[in-house]
Amino acid sequence: MDGPLNSFLLLSNFVLVPGMAYGSQLAIGALGVTLVYGILRFSNFAHGDTMAFGTMAVILVTWLLQSWGVSISPLPTALLALPFGIIATIALLLLTDRWVYRFFRREKAAPVVFLIASVGVMFVMNGLVRFIIGPNDQRFADGERFIIKAREFKRLTGMSEGVTFKTSQGLTILTAVIVVAALFWFLNRTRAGKSMRAYSDNEDLALLSGINPERVVMITWILAAALATIAGTLYGLDKSFKPFTYFQLLLPIFASAIVGGLGNPLGAIAGGFIIAFSEVTVTYAYKKFLAYNLPPDWAPESLMQLLSTDYKFAVSFVILVLVLLIRPTGIFKGKAT
Amino acid sequence: MTGGYGGADILHDCTIGVEQGEIAVIVGPNGAGKSTAMKAVFGMLSIHQGTVQLDGEDITRLNPQDRVARGMGFVPQSQNVFTSMTVEENLEMGAFIRRDDISDTMNQVFDLFPILKEKRRQPAGELSGGQRQQVAVGRALMTQPKVLMLDEPTAGVSPIVMDELFDRIIEVARSGIAILMVEQNARQALNIADKGYVLVQGRNRYTDTGAALLDNPEVRKAFLGG
Repeated sequence: MDGPLNSFLLLSNFVLVPGMAYGSQLAIGALGVTLVYGILRFSNFAHGDTMAFGTMAVILVTWLLQSWGVSISPLPTALLALPFGIIATIALLLLTDRWVYRFFRREKAAPVVFLIASVGVMFVMNGLVRFIIGPNDQRFADGERFIIKAREFKRLTGMSEGVTFKTSQGLTILTAVIVVAALFWFLNRTRAGKSMRAYSDNEDLALLSGINPERVVMITWILAAALATIAGTLYGLDKSFKPFTYFQLLLPIFASAIVGGLGNPLGAIAGGFIIAFSEVTVTYAYKKFLAYNLPPDWAPESLMQLLSTDYKFAVSFVILVLVLLIRPTGIFKGKAT
Repeated sequence: MTGGYGGADILHDCTIGVEQGEIAVIVGPNGAGKSTAMKAVFGMLSIHQGTVQLDGEDITRLNPQDRVARGMGFVPQSQNVFTSMTVEENLEMGAFIRRDDISDTMNQVFDLFPILKEKRRQPAGELSGGQRQQVAVGRALMTQPKVLMLDEPTAGVSPIVMDELFDRIIEVARSGIAILMVEQNARQALNIADKGYVLVQGRNRYTDTGAALLDNPEVRKAFLGG
């Protein structure tokens, strides 16, 4: 009877835990996209590269701290560097707003103009990051790597399948919970947060109520910078940091935000997990899983993988297309039309 | 006031005024410039002749936001509530420019519209049309304005709800707030009006007390259907 239990452990190890971690990263990324969409009313294509910039800043500070011998082992030093990365990213986004987006706001430009401007911003940030840290892979995770190692798990439980739980995964999930709780507290309980929701809901009425749009926009960029840096750093700790990968993350992040309903924070979180689990379950090879659950002579010989991991972006893309065709406003009724 | 949205003028030497505790109603045929006149008072379009005064102070050059701070409240005709926010949050947002304690004002609004107190935790978008209008008026009252301007407050609500809304508007006026409103339901509106302005093509055609306008045979014949 160990078959089903072992197969569950197998799935936990290769689908459930990585899916939760990846979903949390996408959710935090998508929250940034959805906030900017809700307030500034355009799809910010520079968000992936904002994540790259924030992570880069965190990495540079991490290296500096490491060279000074500062450590919070068993936790990664990057956590200590995170606030500095967030501040650097806030500065970058506020400058970008002042130099680029504010002009278009005064012109009362159409959303598509903002979108194209954000593509330009994306290229500039892209170049900036490669110029400073280079296009290559950077590893910056230190401290204890595992919370639970597969071998220990097997020894403790006596099962033949082990479950690995990496520190980066545990940190990601924990941080996501804290970030989401803090964000929702901010949006629902504070004056500034409520004014953001009011502005997103009905811009004209918000102006009539004396809500200052420039202030709302500023708070939005600050939140977007913090969310992007946190998402990027967690992703980098979990995998590794490479500027191009972060640019590619734009697709699953937008898919998450759109699936949930652009402009709806709750939707961004749900969307993040939907996209992450779709990607992981579709690209997972089920051979061993089936072998545990089927009679021995039925066990499959092929990998039983629906889609090679090389095609993982196709999953986001297909979901994106389906949602836009069937329910363009997303699951939670966002603003997108 | 003379002005328009750029291009040809819509208002021509149009005069509108309201005193503390009074209800003034602007009526007239479609396209007479009723809403435009109201927007001009609120600073949403530029007037190039004439002035707008509040308590004897010239506010012609102020933008709408600054006029709200000076004591003007405005309830737009449509999209006048934050649909995704609760009733209570709508009222809080109405008082956004205030830094003092708003709970007294909120209780006054709840006394005026008891149904809102009951539904304070419900999103405004889930309320009926009449209740939404109450939220909209309540939101504008949260700044404790001297003048409250209502753009067709009874548009799209049933006759019963309309009567109730008018009753509440009278109550608001009794509390010492000047009320300026544009109305399609001219007869009912003039009934409760201290002052009535009949506009035709952006000009004052008749200006009198509400009762006098209702008695005026010409006004009845031309604008009130006999």
